[in-house]
Amino acid sequence: MITTFLDIVISGLLMGGIYALIAVGLSLQYGVARVLNISHGEFIMIGAFGTYILYKTAGVNPILTLAICGPVLFLIGFFLYKTLFKILLAFSDSAEIFEGKSLLASFGLLFIIQNIAILIWGADIKSYSFLNIGVDLGGALFPANRMVTLLFAVVISMTFYLFLAFTRMGKAIRAAAQNPRIAGLMGVNINQVLALCFGFGALMASFAGGLLSMCYPITTTMGMEYTVIAIIVVVLGGLDSIVGSFIGGFLLGIVGSIVTYIEPGLALVAYYAIFIILLLVRPTGILGK
Amino acid sequence: MSILEGKGVTKYFGGLAAVSNVDFSVEKGEAFGLIGPNGAGKTTLFNLISAAYPVKSGIIRFKDKDITGLKPYKICRMGVARTFQIVKIFPDLPVFSNVLLGLHFGHSSGMSSAEKASLALEYLDFVGLTQVKMAPAKDLTLANQKRLEVARALATGPELLLLDEIMAGLNPTEVSQAMELVNRIREKGITIIMIEHVMKAIMNICQRIMVLHHGEKIAEGSPREIANSEKVIKVYLGEKAHATC
Amino acid sequence: MDITTLKSKKSLIWWTVIFTIFILLIFLPFYTQGYAVVLLISILVYVILTLSWVMFSGSTGYMSLAPAAFFGVGIYTSALIGKVFPFPITVLVGGMASFILAILVGALTLRLKGIYFAIFTFGLVMLIAYSLLFFEIQVTGTRGRFVIVMDYNTIYFYMLGIFMLLLLTTYLIKNSKYGLALRSIGQEEDAAAHTGVNVVGVKVMTFAISAFFMGAVGSVMATKLTYIDPFIAFSTTYSFMPVAMAIFGGTGSLYGPIIGAAILTYLEEILITKFAEVYMLIFGAILVAAILYLPDGLVGFIQKIWRRLMERNHVDT
Repeated sequence: MITTFLDIVISGLLMGGIYALIAVGLSLQYGVARVLNISHGEFIMIGAFGTYILYKTAGVNPILTLAICGPVLFLIGFFLYKTLFKILLAFSDSAEIFEGKSLLASFGLLFIIQNIAILIWGADIKSYSFLNIGVDLGGALFPANRMVTLLFAVVISMTFYLFLAFTRMGKAIRAAAQNPRIAGLMGVNINQVLALCFGFGALMASFAGGLLSMCYPITTTMGMEYTVIAIIVVVLGGLDSIVGSFIGGFLLGIVGSIVTYIEPGLALVAYYAIFIILLLVRPTGILGK
Repeated sequence: MSILEGKGVTKYFGGLAAVSNVDFSVEKGEAFGLIGPNGAGKTTLFNLISAAYPVKSGIIRFKDKDITGLKPYKICRMGVARTFQIVKIFPDLPVFSNVLLGLHFGHSSGMSSAEKASLALEYLDFVGLTQVKMAPAKDLTLANQKRLEVARALATGPELLLLDEIMAGLNPTEVSQAMELVNRIREKGITIIMIEHVMKAIMNICQRIMVLHHGEKIAEGSPREIANSEKVIKVYLGEKAHATC
Repeated sequence: MDITTLKSKKSLIWWTVIFTIFILLIFLPFYTQGYAVVLLISILVYVILTLSWVMFSGSTGYMSLAPAAFFGVGIYTSALIGKVFPFPITVLVGGMASFILAILVGALTLRLKGIYFAIFTFGLVMLIAYSLLFFEIQVTGTRGRFVIVMDYNTIYFYMLGIFMLLLLTTYLIKNSKYGLALRSIGQEEDAAAHTGVNVVGVKVMTFAISAFFMGAVGSVMATKLTYIDPFIAFSTTYSFMPVAMAIFGGTGSLYGPIIGAAILTYLEEILITKFAEVYMLIFGAILVAAILYLPDGLVGFIQKIWRRLMERNHVDT
C-alpha cells in the first residue's frame, strides 16, 4: 500500500517537474510580456528535436545539449518579440487588444514552426535511449533518466527564481510584470525587458524539450499537447504568478499520476475538468488574490 | 417626498471601508451635492446606487422600492441614470447612436423608431451637440464627450440623474455652460445628485450638500451651513487653508 | 443629387447583386460537374462558421474559441439520430442542442473577461472531446460512428439554406437595436449596462444564436464526413479556422468574413491534398501577416485603397 502510494507520488513529481518548467516559461511570456503563447509547445518540440539530432548524428550528451539549444532558442524568442510582438504592441490601442492579437499571432507561429519542422524532420515518432537504467526508490523502480529530468527541472527553476529575486534584471522583470508603464517611468527599458522575458520563456521551453526527449518518444506534432498542459498549469497557479506556475506544475503532475493510477483514460479529462472548474470558481488561480 | 433613500450603506474593498454606514435621503426635484476629498467614497457611493458594485450591507430605496441587489440595467430602467467620472462613451459609434441606445434600452415605452430618432435629436439639441451628431464619439472634445454622456443618460428617461464630476477638466466657459445645462435639467423636474470639485457650481446649484470623508458622512446641510461648518473646513477646505499658509 | 436617393440607389444595386448571386448558387448543381459542388460545400461550411463567429465575437470583442464545440455537437447529433428522424429534424435538433449548450456555457462564463473567456472556450472543446472519447471506448466500446450518407447536391442545398438563413439573421440583428447593443457592449460594457442594456442577456442570447448555426452546419457536415470519432468531430481546427478567416477577411462588414473564408478555403482545397504542410505553413504566415498589416482585414484594406484612388480622381478632375 505504502509502496503504491510512494510510486504514485514519485511518478507524479517526475512528470510535475517537466510541467513546472514548461509552465514557468509560459507564465513569463504571459505574466510579463502579455503574450499567451500558443506556440510555446513548438519551442519545446524544437528543443527536443535539437537534442535528438545532436545525439543521433554527433553523439552529443543530451544534458550538454541543453546548454546549446537553450541559448539558440532564447535568441529566437528574443528577436521574435523584438520584431513581431513589438509591432503588434505599437498598433494595439489597449492591453486587451494586444492580448487578443498576440494570441492569434502566436497561433500563426504554431502553424509556421510546426510545418517547417514536419517538412524537415517528417511526422514520424522518434526516440533514443539515454540513461535508461532502473533506480530503486523505496521498493519501486524508476528510470534514471527521469530522475535526472526532475533534478534538472528543479535546479533550472530554482536558479531562475533566484535570478528574479536577487538580480537587477530580475527586479526589472518583476516590476514590469506588476505595472509596465510605471516600471518604464522608473527607468526600466521596458521593451528590452519584455523581449528578454519572451526569450526566457523560449529558453525554458527548450530545456523542457531537451529533458522530455530523454524519457519520452518525440514527434513534430507534440507541441500542442504541452502548450495545453502549460496553459492549464498557468491557470492553476494564477496567470501571472511564476511561483504559482512552479507549484501548479507539480500539483498537476501528482493529480495526473493519481488519476492515471485509477483510470488511465481519464487523465486528460481530469486536467480539463480541473482547468474549467478552476476558471469558473477561482480565475485568479490557487495563489491569486 | 424622498425619491432616494439610503440606510447604513456600507462597502469594503479588501479590509478597507470605502463607504461606511452612510445614511442619506434625497428629495424629489432637488439638486443634491456630494463632496469630499479625493478617496472619500463619493464615486463608490454612486457605484452602489447604480449597482456597479454590490453593497456589503445596508439598504437603498428608490421611490420606496428596495433596489439593493438589482442589476444595473434594471435600476436604469426604473429611472436612475448616471454619467461616469472618467467618460465612458461608445468611441466608435456615432454620437447619435450613443444617445439612441439609451432610448432603445433605457425604458420600455412603445415608441416607434421614428419617434426615438426624433427624440434622440432633441436630446442632442438639448445638450448642444446637434452639429456633431454623425461624428464618431471618440472625435469629440472632452467637454462634448461629457455632454454626450449627459444626453445618453437623459435618453433613458430618468427621474434621478447621478452626475459624476461632469465639470472636471473643463475650462471656465465650459464650466458655466455645464452649470447652465444642469439647471435646465432640473427645470425638467429631474432630481440630481452631483459629485463635483468645482465649489462654485456646487454652491450655486445644490439645495443640500452631503460631505463624505474616509467613507463616512461627516456633514449634511445647505450650502451656507456646509461652508460654515468647522468640521468640514477642517477636513476638506482645511487642506487648502493649510496650503495657503 | 440628393444623398438619400444616392444611398437607396446604391443599396438597390447591392440587393440586385446579392439576389443574382443566390440565383446562380441555387442553379449551380444543375449545370456543373461534381467538383464545383464539393468545393462550394467546403467553402460554405467555413463561411457559415466564420459568419456565426463574427455575429458574436466580432461585435462584442469576446474571443470565442468554442466553434468546434458547437460544430461537433451538431456532428454528433447527426450521428446519433440521423438514421431515426427525417433529415430536416436532425439539422434542427443539432442546432438546438448547440443553442442550449451555448446558453449554459454563456451563462456560466460570459462574466469572465478577455483572455479568460478565450482560454475557457478553448478548454471546453478539449474537455468534450476527451470525455466523449472515454465514454465511447468505455461504454459503447467503439471509438467512432458511421453517419448516414447523402449525395453532394442535397448536402449543398442544406448548406445553402443554412447560409441564407444565417445571412438574413445577421442582417436583421445588425440593423436592429440588439445590433447596437452588441456594439456598445464591445466598446464600453459598463456604460452599456448603465444605459439599460441587459448585457448578460444580450451576450448569452447572441452567443446561443451563433451556436445554433454552427450546430446546424455541423449536423449537415457529418453526412459528408460519413465516419466520425470524437477527435474528428471536436477538432480544434474548427475553432481556430473561423477566427483566422474572419481576421483575414475583416470583421467590419458582412462580406469581409465571407470573402476571407472563401479565399482561405479555396487555398486549402487546392493545396491540402498534395502539400498539406505547405498549406498550413502558408496559412500561418497569412494569419501573422494579416494580424500585423491588415488590422481591418482584406476588405478594410481594399476599401482604404479604393477610397484613396477615388480621392486622387477627385483632385485630378
